[in-house]
Amino acid sequence: MTLDAPARGLEPASADRSGSAGRGAARLARSLAAVAASVFATFLGLLAITFFIGRVVPIDPVIAVVGDRAPKDVYEATRIALGLDRPLVEQFARYCLAVLSGDLGTSISTGNRVVDDLRHVFPATLEMATIGIVIGVGLGVPMGVWAAARQGSWIDQVIRVAGLLGYAVPAFWLGLVGLAVFYARLKWVGGPGRLDIAYDGLIEPVTGLLLVDSLLAGETEIFANALWHLALPCSVLGFFSLAYIARMTRSFLLDQLSQEFVVTARVKGVPEWKVVWKHAFRPILIPLVTVIGLSYAGLLEGSVMIETIFSWPGIGNYLTTALLNADMNAVLGATLVIGAVFIGINKLSDILYRVLDPRAA
Amino acid sequence: MAAVDWLLDDSPSSRLQARIGRLYRLALAIARNPLAVAGAVIVGLLVLTAAFAPWIATQDPIVQSLGDRLKPPSAAHWMGTDELGRDIWSRVVFGSRITLTIVLLVALIAAPAGLVVGAVAAYAGGWTDRVLMGLTDVFLSMPKLILALAFVAALGPGIENAIIAIAITSWPGYARIARAEALVIRNSEFIAAVELQGASAWRVISTNILPLCVSSMIIRVTLDMAGIILTAAGLGFIGLGAQPPTPEWGAMISRGRSFILDQWWVATMPGFAIVLVSLGFCFLGDGLRDALDPKRTEGK
Amino acid sequence: MSDALLEVENLRVSFPSPRGERVEVVRGVSFRVGRERLGIVGESGSGKSITGRAILRLIRPPGRVTADRLAFRGRNLLDLSDTAMREVRGAGISMVMQDPKFSLNPVIRVGDQIAEALVTHERRPSREVRRRVIEMLQAVRIDDPERVARLYPHQLSGGMGQRVMIAMMLIARPDLLIADEPTSALDVSVQAQVLDIVDALVRDEGMGLIFISHDLDLVSSYCDRILVMHRGEIVEECAAGRLREARHPYTRGLLAAVPRLDDTREELPVLDRRAMGGT
Ligand SMILES: Nc1ncnc2c1ncn2[C@@H]1O[C@H](COP(=O)(O)OP(=O)(O)OP(=O)(O)O)[C@@H](O)[C@H]1O
Ligand SMILES: [Mg+2]
Repeated sequence: MTLDAPARGLEPASADRSGSAGRGAARLARSLAAVAASVFATFLGLLAITFFIGRVVPIDPVIAVVGDRAPKDVYEATRIALGLDRPLVEQFARYCLAVLSGDLGTSISTGNRVVDDLRHVFPATLEMATIGIVIGVGLGVPMGVWAAARQGSWIDQVIRVAGLLGYAVPAFWLGLVGLAVFYARLKWVGGPGRLDIAYDGLIEPVTGLLLVDSLLAGETEIFANALWHLALPCSVLGFFSLAYIARMTRSFLLDQLSQEFVVTARVKGVPEWKVVWKHAFRPILIPLVTVIGLSYAGLLEGSVMIETIFSWPGIGNYLTTALLNADMNAVLGATLVIGAVFIGINKLSDILYRVLDPRAA
Repeated sequence: MAAVDWLLDDSPSSRLQARIGRLYRLALAIARNPLAVAGAVIVGLLVLTAAFAPWIATQDPIVQSLGDRLKPPSAAHWMGTDELGRDIWSRVVFGSRITLTIVLLVALIAAPAGLVVGAVAAYAGGWTDRVLMGLTDVFLSMPKLILALAFVAALGPGIENAIIAIAITSWPGYARIARAEALVIRNSEFIAAVELQGASAWRVISTNILPLCVSSMIIRVTLDMAGIILTAAGLGFIGLGAQPPTPEWGAMISRGRSFILDQWWVATMPGFAIVLVSLGFCFLGDGLRDALDPKRTEGK
Repeated sequence: MSDALLEVENLRVSFPSPRGERVEVVRGVSFRVGRERLGIVGESGSGKSITGRAILRLIRPPGRVTADRLAFRGRNLLDLSDTAMREVRGAGISMVMQDPKFSLNPVIRVGDQIAEALVTHERRPSREVRRRVIEMLQAVRIDDPERVARLYPHQLSGGMGQRVMIAMMLIARPDLLIADEPTSALDVSVQAQVLDIVDALVRDEGMGLIFISHDLDLVSSYCDRILVMHRGEIVEECAAGRLREARHPYTRGLLAAVPRLDDTREELPVLDRRAMGGT
């Protein structure tokens, strides 16, 4: 026969696809269990890596405690006291327990417990990254949609190049250039630090987020000043998140726009903006959640590079200072916290994806 | 005209013709994409600059000349001079060697490592697969930059350690791709036929599976280059990568930081070099992907 | 045939080839459809679907459509603004697509998708829209319309999906329905039912129907008139009953290749493409 065989009766039984709700729930539960297992494995892996780094570090931890001129017996005693004579597995177990109970050791440069230091600096980073992601989503999603809807037009090219710039521009450099242009020359934004010096220490930290705390205290002037200082670092972070989100949105949407159901919508006479925003955009909402999560986690990581530039008293600044002082407890503590938050957000968006998808992956 | 027909022949008569034809088609596809051409040109320029640095540079990148310190860009110093009177243009030119070395070494360490892990996992299946991929996933879920920082902190600052740290954090991506590709190939009739002829597992992997993964790996490596450059520059900027007086771009930006408000060129110029080169790799990688994987871009 | 709904003259559709030049996949097709059932048959890739989509102006760049005349109820579709063309789509001409698995939006409830086809063209109170959706689902013989309207497409079987599709395409009462292989993704057992539904609805509403298929037997038993397409051209046009008298070698080849129950041939004949000459 020259025509396609008309008998396609061998297609897998389609009537059964309605699938009972119970089976779907079981499948969801199983896939969530798999995520839980991977969360556990990943956290354990993170602990193993920081533990391992702590061991191979060239600085002998005993000498770090007793000094390099200590007599041999003192050295040995400290070594045993620190548990360094035990088998590695046991040391690792102890390390995990210590971390879980919130003990990350003491920082040699600040003299404080690392946990307390981190608790103190984390809100500054969180505030910056959160505003950054809001900018990134608010601009990145519409730009990506716009580019995809006009695929091949000049606006698409511009958005594509802007998206690629997000992969090509060093964050710390953009921050520097931004300071030189928008702070020093144009005076459009506040300079380094979270507040002008005049306002420093006037607000009692409650949440640690200056915008929230200043509002709670009713200090609108300080609120405005905090915003003024947040503008530049958040725009820089926002640019990177925008670039990534726009790029992913564009590629997801292009995928959808080539689907048959988009043709169906056009056949019905649905206007093009609605074809794009309703028919093609709705199915990508769920994968976009994952992308936004990844981007948010990436911003927390990216703040490490930015904070030094802006003298931002956040976790990134804490980490870089600790790195340069070979303050290993602080380095590993900050690595653990950033890693844990990063993994947490990642896995959370993974879970969200599985729960939200009506097709219950 | 006849030559073009031979190149584009739909039914090539030899393997050589098929292969050259494929390369020609790839070149055509890239040539039709202006961004990809721009990328190829930039990457080409990078390689040439690195190769002929001593001839392109106008001065020695290391020797100081305190009388000339912090001069703005001029005919004598195209990009100005830094705080020790060194010509920034010459330093940027020599810096291209460092950047190229870093990306090449990272690619040469991480990509083959990932390739082998992925191919072995896919081919062996079962527990080997699960353990290897579990490990890969753990690494993939980690923040790469922070991990690289922590590794360098442990290994000690320096360019070699920076390369090792970046390589350690970037192999898992390649393992993932290699496994996905290898799984498809592994389940093909073609591999079954090779196995029937009694080839050993290692032989099958190294002579049949690995070469077939290469094209998607090349795309991925090209796309990752920008990230590697940025991470390396970031390490240099923080002071954990290349050490002075090496003209590494990130380290140069770091030194220019204190002068950013008055002598903007010290920090800005090396940054342009980073942006240009990273962008070149991005364009090229994007173009390669579009050319090798047309269904991703053309709607239906 | 003066009361033609759709007149197509010299319709051409081309796409750029990887080598750069343009390739015509529909090459000068002309036909007219009134309130009748017109079948278009042809092998895979002969340009049937592209013809259907070109009529609705759904070929997007880099594809290019030209025609001397492409008129629906006397109005030239190629001259219409995008807005005017949207009025025609769905309410004037609509199209049942090939595979319900890919042609329904996976994340919108079936009832909402059907309703959208109606409210795009007529503003109506939502109670009435709901009622019309349920009626339409009943019309395509879905037993439990209230429940089905709340389902997502992946929860439907193939046959149900295609009935939903038909309901969606007919709810705005178009004058002309293009059915692009509406049954080829379905089990044989459901094919007949679905065709039956289309047939009844088309007859009741007095619509025109363009039925696209690669199944010559099906088309000849189902349509009034038949066009045979081959490589982007119409090679044969005849009344369904007179198909046996077809002259073009391609059609004759197709007819010879259809197996019959009373067949005693050793081997099915194969199309001899060389005999067909210069197409
Ligand atoms: N976007 C496109 N770009 C280039 N060529 C295309 C495009 N869409 C369709 N074609 C070509 O147009 C020709 C006709 O396609 P069409 O879908 O109309 O075939 P058909 O007769 O409907 O076949 P089938 O029975 O398989 O559905 C095919 O050769 C196809 O390769
Ligand atoms: Mg078709």
